[in-house]
Amino acid sequence: MIALLMRDLRLALRAGGGFGLGLAFFLIVTVMVPLSVGPQPALLASIAPGVLWLGALLACLLSLDRLLALDWEDGSLDLLATAPLPLESVVSVKALAHWITTGLPLVLAAPVLGVLLNLPVSGFKWVVISLLLGTPALSVIGTFGAALTVGLKRGGLLMSLLVMPLYLPTLIFGAEVARRGAVGMEIQTPLLMLAGISAASIALLPFASAAVLRINLR
Amino acid sequence: MSLRITDLCIARGGIPVLEGLSFELAAGQALILRGPNGIGKTTLLRTVAGLQPPISGIVEGGEDLIAYAGHSDGIKPTLTVTENLSFWANVFGAGSIATALKAFDLETLQDRPAGALSAGQKRRLGLSRLLVTGRPIWILDEPTVSLDVKSVAMFADAVRAHLGQGGSALIATHIDLGLDSEVLEVGPYKAKPPAIEDFDGGFL
Amino acid sequence: MSIWEYANPKKFITTTERVLPVLWAAAAISIGVGLVWGFFFTGDDYRQGSTVKIIYLHVPSAMLAINIWVMMLATSLVWLVRRHHVSALAARAAAPIGMIMTLIALATGAIWGQPMWGTWWVWDPRLTSFLILFLFYLGYIALWEAIEDPDTAADLTSFLCLVGSVFALLSRYAVNFWNQGLHQGASIMRAEAVIGTDTEEKVSNIFFYPLMLCIVGFVLLFVALVFYRTGTEIRARRIKALMARERVEA
Repeated sequence: MIALLMRDLRLALRAGGGFGLGLAFFLIVTVMVPLSVGPQPALLASIAPGVLWLGALLACLLSLDRLLALDWEDGSLDLLATAPLPLESVVSVKALAHWITTGLPLVLAAPVLGVLLNLPVSGFKWVVISLLLGTPALSVIGTFGAALTVGLKRGGLLMSLLVMPLYLPTLIFGAEVARRGAVGMEIQTPLLMLAGISAASIALLPFASAAVLRINLR
Repeated sequence: MSLRITDLCIARGGIPVLEGLSFELAAGQALILRGPNGIGKTTLLRTVAGLQPPISGIVEGGEDLIAYAGHSDGIKPTLTVTENLSFWANVFGAGSIATALKAFDLETLQDRPAGALSAGQKRRLGLSRLLVTGRPIWILDEPTVSLDVKSVAMFADAVRAHLGQGGSALIATHIDLGLDSEVLEVGPYKAKPPAIEDFDGGFL
Repeated sequence: MSIWEYANPKKFITTTERVLPVLWAAAAISIGVGLVWGFFFTGDDYRQGSTVKIIYLHVPSAMLAINIWVMMLATSLVWLVRRHHVSALAARAAAPIGMIMTLIALATGAIWGQPMWGTWWVWDPRLTSFLILFLFYLGYIALWEAIEDPDTAADLTSFLCLVGSVFALLSRYAVNFWNQGLHQGASIMRAEAVIGTDTEEKVSNIFFYPLMLCIVGFVLLFVALVFYRTGTEIRARRIKALMARERVEA
């Protein structure tokens, strides 16, 4: 399992691995928001938590189509399926690698971009915490979507269509934590829900992803 | 430790292609599959390797003993030859990559990114993976594609050595590897379509 | 005689073909009588005037929109567990009907909401969850269309339906939390609504019987459509299989 994780991380860091693309996308989306809605600081401050969450979500989504498709194309998935590693661990490790290379950098970049969006000081902590709790769920749910569409030639658009509705609860609770935190409201319920969604997704979805992947491999 | 296939029926895209297949692969034995294109050799190999379920019949004795090599080699172009190979060695937790590199004459290429290899060299790298899996039953689908004469001999030697150590191999190939092996013509096992009026759950 | 006998495609088609004319007629009569009764022979609401009468389309379509997804979940599970092709095809046949029902519910809701709330659309939890349900239908149908191999498509869409159901429920809870809205609570299945003690918020009983008739009619229409469409799907599968077989034999 560690070997697979190290390989995926190494692949992401090598040329053409796509590391940093998600981050760059996040930056561009965030920069384009003030350009499209106007520079009023009060407006930006009120929408900043939501924009950061949406930007992070889209950046995550963007990088999903490489998650399994590359291994599918070069036959690695066939070989991994016949390896001693259960497919459930394979998809979990792949989701983890995706989170480390995409989710974690987004969490770290969010406060910096928060400055650009005039995020209130009280909001920084909660934006980071909510993203830290929510992005693992995004990676795991995304892996399920990637597994569903792995056999399709141009599955990218379809995958977005499938994954976005599944992302909604995470987005709603995550952005709610950030939004409420920024204005100093009570955040316990959405925070617990967000953590619950992440924990349950990490625990259960790999089984669905592996099952779906087996169907696609046959 | 022998692989036993009993009365196997397999389908591709929902259409039965081969039926009534039975054979046994004992330790130290190699079995060559022959048959025209599209007859279902790849489907058969994937079924035996456990990648897809058969329509009916039993595949037994292969659990966690099979190393499968299909049309694509699962090679990452941005990783070097050594990195590619040691990844699989780690996943399977067996075998040293040094002997595998030696067997397929990859030692001089070991620090080269796999993307810079020629098609034949890539194939050799793909086949060398079999040696680091430490698994006794090799299931190989057209292993000699894009190999030159010298490399084919290299591959045949590797198979022979593997058989000598008590391994076995099931190979779909059209060229003569010079192995002391049995040949299974799958043509006669071509599935006969069921009566056209018999319209059940399978729609056929 | 077991219910699973009808899972045989041939048996399913012959049986439904016998039942279908009755179903079509019953659906047409129920909806026709229900609508005429509702539109012309019940009084206007004292508060909402005649706009309230859109309820005869709005409530049945909304109920079906949700329940069709539940039916798809059930048939998907039957396919995954028992591998009856008819079950998977029934789910496929039901999905577009469910999507249209969701659209009807959203559209009639907007038309109703405009005079009542003064706006076509609000991000009310109920409205929002229907919009989300629409997205789930969209993804489900798109996945069916995208995959070539029918059995693979059936398996993958079943898993999507399973996982999607959980996330759809979560979304429902999430939007409830996210915004408490304008829409009244569920209208029908409350005792007060039926006996008419609470005319303030719930559906009063003069609307109840024609509405019930419309709901029954919509359900019958749905059943007829699913039978009909499943039959079509079965024939399409049969044609596909025969063509593939021809290719193999050639």
